[in-house]
Amino acid sequence: MTMLRLAYSSLRSRMFTTAMTVFSIALSVLLLVGVDRVRQGTQVGFEGTLSQTDLVVGARGGSLPLLLYAVFHIGTSNNEISFASYQHFAGHPAVLWTIPLSLGDSHRGFRVVATDDNFYQHYRYRGDRSLQLAEGTRPVGIFEAVLGSTVASQLHYHLGQKIVLSHGLEGSFLRHTADPFTVVGILARTATPVDRAIYITLWGDEAMHLGWQNGAPPLQAIPESQIHKSDLHINTISAFLLRSKSRMSTLYLQREINTYQPEPLTAIIPALTLRDLWSVLSAADVALSLVSGAVLVVGLLVMLTALYTALNERRREIAVLRTLGLNARQIFTLFILESTLISALGAILGLAAAYLVLYAIRIPVENRYGIPLAMVGVSLRVGYYVVAVVVLGALLGFIPAVRAYRNALADGLNAG
Amino acid sequence: MAEAAAIHLRDVLFGYDRHTPLLRVDEFIVPAGKRVFLHGPSGSGKTTLLGLITGILLPQQGSCMVLGKDLTRMSAQGRDRHRGSEMGYIFQSFNLIPYLTVRQNVALPCQVHERRRRNIAPATLMQEVERLVLRLGLAPYLDRNVKKLSTGQQQRVAIARAVIGRPSLVIADEPTSSLDAERRQDFLDLLFAICDEAKSTLILVSHDLSLRDRFDQSMALSEINRAST
Repeated sequence: MTMLRLAYSSLRSRMFTTAMTVFSIALSVLLLVGVDRVRQGTQVGFEGTLSQTDLVVGARGGSLPLLLYAVFHIGTSNNEISFASYQHFAGHPAVLWTIPLSLGDSHRGFRVVATDDNFYQHYRYRGDRSLQLAEGTRPVGIFEAVLGSTVASQLHYHLGQKIVLSHGLEGSFLRHTADPFTVVGILARTATPVDRAIYITLWGDEAMHLGWQNGAPPLQAIPESQIHKSDLHINTISAFLLRSKSRMSTLYLQREINTYQPEPLTAIIPALTLRDLWSVLSAADVALSLVSGAVLVVGLLVMLTALYTALNERRREIAVLRTLGLNARQIFTLFILESTLISALGAILGLAAAYLVLYAIRIPVENRYGIPLAMVGVSLRVGYYVVAVVVLGALLGFIPAVRAYRNALADGLNAG
Repeated sequence: MAEAAAIHLRDVLFGYDRHTPLLRVDEFIVPAGKRVFLHGPSGSGKTTLLGLITGILLPQQGSCMVLGKDLTRMSAQGRDRHRGSEMGYIFQSFNLIPYLTVRQNVALPCQVHERRRRNIAPATLMQEVERLVLRLGLAPYLDRNVKKLSTGQQQRVAIARAVIGRPSLVIADEPTSSLDAERRQDFLDLLFAICDEAKSTLILVSHDLSLRDRFDQSMALSEINRAST
């Protein structure tokens, strides 16, 4: 206890050096923890986007692109699947529910997703959360649309608004001007990519493209009033989500879909594909962690330099402590305590700063990127970082401590 | 005779190098309760002798009976504990831990060693610290940082720290060298008075022979140390 008080007073008397050292260590802890939390936030956010879906099915192709465009609205699909195949699996005895998805159009940078009622009924995210309408109703008519909450808030749209969708993605000059859609509903916020899309019915998707051939519109656009559901025929969709009746049947279904004779299809298990994605991204994560680690090393070296350079002027102090009956081991302890106190204080401050910053930026980050920072608690890895910083700090303290110990023995009463 | 001796060195030989002994003492006795003056020029082995008495150094041969214990038969830690609980030490200057207040400096020996704490008459350690600091005329500086004190004030704080908890032996190594002539006598008056109150044996080392008359006993290091001759 006396030693701890001595170490504390000693550090406090060198306030400026101590503060700078603590600050540099805190900064590196802030970086380490920040990078780790954002990484985990991203993972939780991604994994939370889709839950209770056992398989994602699309045209034959890579599993990662399928997951990215079907669920996260990143990239495009090259091939469609026939509606007949969809209906075959939708009615399969092992299947609990399916959600058809037809992508390809956009509106002012936001994707348009054509789907049906199953989407509103069965889509789940972050465990067991279902989609809720903040305003209005589900789309029923051909030219009715529902907005994700981000779409509504960023474009300042409200119920009853007429919107014109573009063919293809942003920047396309082909606009479905003949067939404007009416906003009939706005979804509640989910903090997932769901917020950043516009939802129409499969009928609407077909109606927009009625008369189109080979990706080009008909010369004479067909006006909205002349299109009826009975005229429309749904031929293709982009992908569908599937929930099987039991976990056991998922693997059988996946195999059955992948070997489906009438049409080449790909069925993926979203959680497994996400794991592939993380392993792709882990290189970037490692690079960031290495940079943070290097900052930590610099911080600890700053501490070592500060403690070591103070040693010479402290020889006198050590001699006095020796006459007071402190043994060489206690002198050693004093110096170890100093480095441990610095690194522990740095770690605690860095940790506090990291969580303060994360707390402060959680709302804009969640709104803009859908990364749920607020949901991220303390992970084992953060615990490891903090323990590692304190242990490394204590270990580095051995260098000045051993010098002080030797001084204590060699100098005796002579130091001066 | 042996019981009354606070220090009894016999046939002591010390040197960092085996062939060139720095200190050779046939017999050196300091009677308990006396004030002893040691004088000699620098380089005569003063600090080495004090190192042996305090147990910071160990002789290559001979015995060092100090306050009833043979230091040569004790462990390093045992000697450190013995020194901390039974001895007070005053350097020429820079006696104080620079980052502690006057109060913390004076209290430190009793916090390091329980035995010194038990020797205190008042109920709490802080009462004793305050009494001593008041006795030495430093009351206004009690919670002041020691770096803000003059040299004379610092030396008085050093007395307080050396005698708190009534150690049996107080050693002062050139304690007056950094003081001017007028302050020297005041310092000695105070040191004697305080050592009397604590009933401590006092060894004072100095090259200033004018101080000699005020001591019970005076010895020259050249008489004690036969190594250099």
